[in-house]
Amino acid sequence: MMHPTADAGFGVYVHWPFCASKCPYCDFNSHVRHAPVDEARFVAAFATEIAHRAELAPKRTVTSIFFGGGTPSLMQPATVGAILDAIGRHWPVDAHVEISLEANPTSVEAERFRGYRAAGVNRVSLGVQAMNDADLKALGRRHTAEEAMGAVGIAASIFDRFSFDLIYARPNQTPAAWATELKEAIARAAEHLSLYQLTIEPGTWFHKLHQAGKLVVPDDEVGRALYDVTQDVCAARGLPAYEISNHAAAGAQCRHNLVYWRYGEYAGIGPGAHGRLVTGQGRLAMETELVPETWLAHVEKRGHGLVDVEVLSQEAQGDEYLLMGLRLKEGIDPMRYRALSGRTLDPQRITDLVEHGMIECHANGRISVSPAGFPVLNAVVADIAA
Amino acid sequence: MSEQPIDTIRNFSIVAHIDHGKSTLADRLIQMTGALTDREMSEQVLDSMDIERERGITIKAQTVRLEYPAKDGKTYILNLMDTPGHVDFAYEVSRSLAACEGSLLVVDASQGVEAQTLANVYQAIDAGHEIVPVLNKVDLPAAEPDRVKEQIEEVIGLDASNAIPISAKTGLGIPDVLEAIVTRLPPPRGDRDAPLKALLVDSWYDAYLGVVVLVRIVDGVLKKGMTIKLMGTNAIHGVDKIGVFRPKMVDVAELGPGEVGFLTGSIKEVADTAVGDTINDAKRPCAEALPGFKPVQPVVFCGLFPVDAADFENLRAAMGKLRLNDASFSYEMETSAALGFGFRCGFLGLLHLEIIQERLEREFNLDLISTAPSVIYKLRMRDGTAIELHNPADMPDVMKIEEIEEPWIRATILTPDDYLGSVLKLCQDRRGEQVDLNYVGKRAMVTYDLPLNEVVFDFYDRLKSISKGYASFDYQITEYRPGDLVKMSILVNAEPVDALSMLVHRARAESRGRAMCEKLKELIPPHLFVIPIQAAIGGKIIARETVRALRKDVTAKCYGGDATRKRKLLDKQKEGKKRMRQFGKVEIPQEAFIAALKMDS
Repeated sequence: MMHPTADAGFGVYVHWPFCASKCPYCDFNSHVRHAPVDEARFVAAFATEIAHRAELAPKRTVTSIFFGGGTPSLMQPATVGAILDAIGRHWPVDAHVEISLEANPTSVEAERFRGYRAAGVNRVSLGVQAMNDADLKALGRRHTAEEAMGAVGIAASIFDRFSFDLIYARPNQTPAAWATELKEAIARAAEHLSLYQLTIEPGTWFHKLHQAGKLVVPDDEVGRALYDVTQDVCAARGLPAYEISNHAAAGAQCRHNLVYWRYGEYAGIGPGAHGRLVTGQGRLAMETELVPETWLAHVEKRGHGLVDVEVLSQEAQGDEYLLMGLRLKEGIDPMRYRALSGRTLDPQRITDLVEHGMIECHANGRISVSPAGFPVLNAVVADIAA
Repeated sequence: MSEQPIDTIRNFSIVAHIDHGKSTLADRLIQMTGALTDREMSEQVLDSMDIERERGITIKAQTVRLEYPAKDGKTYILNLMDTPGHVDFAYEVSRSLAACEGSLLVVDASQGVEAQTLANVYQAIDAGHEIVPVLNKVDLPAAEPDRVKEQIEEVIGLDASNAIPISAKTGLGIPDVLEAIVTRLPPPRGDRDAPLKALLVDSWYDAYLGVVVLVRIVDGVLKKGMTIKLMGTNAIHGVDKIGVFRPKMVDVAELGPGEVGFLTGSIKEVADTAVGDTINDAKRPCAEALPGFKPVQPVVFCGLFPVDAADFENLRAAMGKLRLNDASFSYEMETSAALGFGFRCGFLGLLHLEIIQERLEREFNLDLISTAPSVIYKLRMRDGTAIELHNPADMPDVMKIEEIEEPWIRATILTPDDYLGSVLKLCQDRRGEQVDLNYVGKRAMVTYDLPLNEVVFDFYDRLKSISKGYASFDYQITEYRPGDLVKMSILVNAEPVDALSMLVHRARAESRGRAMCEKLKELIPPHLFVIPIQAAIGGKIIARETVRALRKDVTAKCYGGDATRKRKLLDKQKEGKKRMRQFGKVEIPQEAFIAALKMDS
């Protein structure tokens, strides 16, 4: 296998923008529709957009595909299959391609798991979010803990690989309670867990409540304690963090997300999808229309749903590499940073950050954020990038 | 223009507290005498700068010549002299008043007499003015004209029985004011045949005309083409143009005794024209200069630094431009270890400082950091020499200093009785010495001697806040007194921040130091490491606080491959860092400098 930064792989991200209901913490591009979605029309539009990207960035070998959302597990398995076929028609696909799909752990959706497997999906990521019903309700989830564990069981029996998400730093959560919950989760999760701290994002219902003082989240001190517990419990149970919020057993990392974090190339297909493709113009940052119906109309009229394409400056590429790469335990390669940005990292800042215990410089030349630095990653990145 | 008989000239100014309606009354007088058509009237014609309009204060003296046909059948020339209305410009005010024979004392009929009114009316009385009291806003329901009349008589000692009730807003009573100017104020006196003697009232820079000098003729005649001499500087200038303000500039052939107008000529800079100087005919000089001339002396100093070091040259250019029009503001280059290149600036007072800073930021689009305002300390050294210290950073070795003297002021404060206790406490806390305490109806008039260095820090803000805005304040510098003053340094992460060092009284050092450390603790954002903040006198630490290290700052989830959003956040962070100053390893937001100096204790 080649060195990961020499070839971070080529990923295709497919965004399914619909949800049965909007979760109060979520600021992703998701939409609730009461009329049934015309999936065939979407399949055609996805295929058109795939063709468009393949023309821009031909001859890549697809190493990963990720169905995100929204709620991709609301799609019919045939829809998933048709999109995968379209990808296969335009790019060669690696024999060991990782095909992930995000799913809600409801019993209804679990019934479609076998169909997804048949369509080619080999990894699911389940939005479990909490292991008790009270917190699930508070988070606006439509499933119970038992139902979620049932879905996890079904996923485990069907897919080679699966992961699930939990949200922590919930209102009133204590480090002790979280440790217990986390241990229970690890026992079920086997190889991969995504553990996200609840963040109050502008535009969400939680944000409104928070502004009004009706939702109190743990302060930085408790947030920090919860983060520390997370690292300790996961590491002790064989799921160390390979990224700031993602934990995996050896070899079980999500290869698709690594494409982002290693600042590789990826095509973003569907409403509100982001992509980074290197073309003759340079590295392009691409963004599609957010509203599903408008995106459809754009694609049908223009052959793509892009609303923003920016040729990234060297500085912007360097910044993105730092932002993405420093999330990873493996860190960044300063030589690649120099190649992307045309600049070198300020040695004084690096020395200061090492001295403060925030980063580590490795014998192979790589720089990574230390365990003490990860909880304050944004400040560390800003310091390095300044 | 034909020669104006001197007995048909009236020169007057308007004395009023801010908001009591001086500018509105001036507008009405201009309107009613037809100097401007209604269409030309923009609100408050005389205050032409944005800042003046916003703050309702006048910085430069201005004048307008009105023609008023009086009831006696004669047409009078009324020169309204609008004076700067703030204690910082006390000297400029005194010169404007010297150009007039009388004043209208405008008092808000509901608010009553304020400290600023008092100071200005006493100046007018000192200038030998006849005073006509005018009660403004009598149409408001809260107006109490009888009570305010009593107050004028009690506090100022003026006969207020003939006070004119008006409403400058509605125009009520304005004809009575015009008639009173003619009948109750005296005409100027002067000898048309004597050598030219004129008062330089003020001057400013006009982009088209160059320096415009506002003059009041005392004796003789000023004519176009004359060569004049400024007695203070002995400089000689040709006169290109003479005119009057109506309020637009209108050229005239000559100005005779008692008249007020302008001249332009070969004068390059406003700095060449000292307010209060006497103007002569170079060929026929007069024997004596007019009394009262003083060169301007800055009283308050502070350092002004560009937030972005690249703006240094722009700042220099901007200061040059401002000084073109304001010779009372001085600047010289300064370097600070913390703030880089900037300027040490001198001002007439705190308001003057604020105005200049605001104009630099607003008119020249500069972001500035200002250091702690300082007064001028007089240092007597052991070796017998004397030093004037403008900048605490320049403080010599204490072992070499025999004694430090600091300027004191006499402050007059008028406050409603309810707040008297707090006002007295504030003055005591600031090392004040009570001189007098009187009651004027329900309001107390307190006179205090205070060290100016205690006043330059937010004294006025504090006074306003403890009195809910009701107390008014005025001061004049009285004397230098020895004081037990020490230099207090502020150390951030063990490194002294020169821009925050200050001279304080030993007895006040600890509380000031503690307050400063507490404030900085709030203002310095958490870093990746713990930051000690200390206040020290010499090597002795007198106060200490700690900024905790950052505990959590992380974006947990990353949506798909949306690196753009994260990059935009990073750009914002970078932008924020640009507005910070690097002190060793610590970044201090520029707001911290301004806020740190505003003490609330």
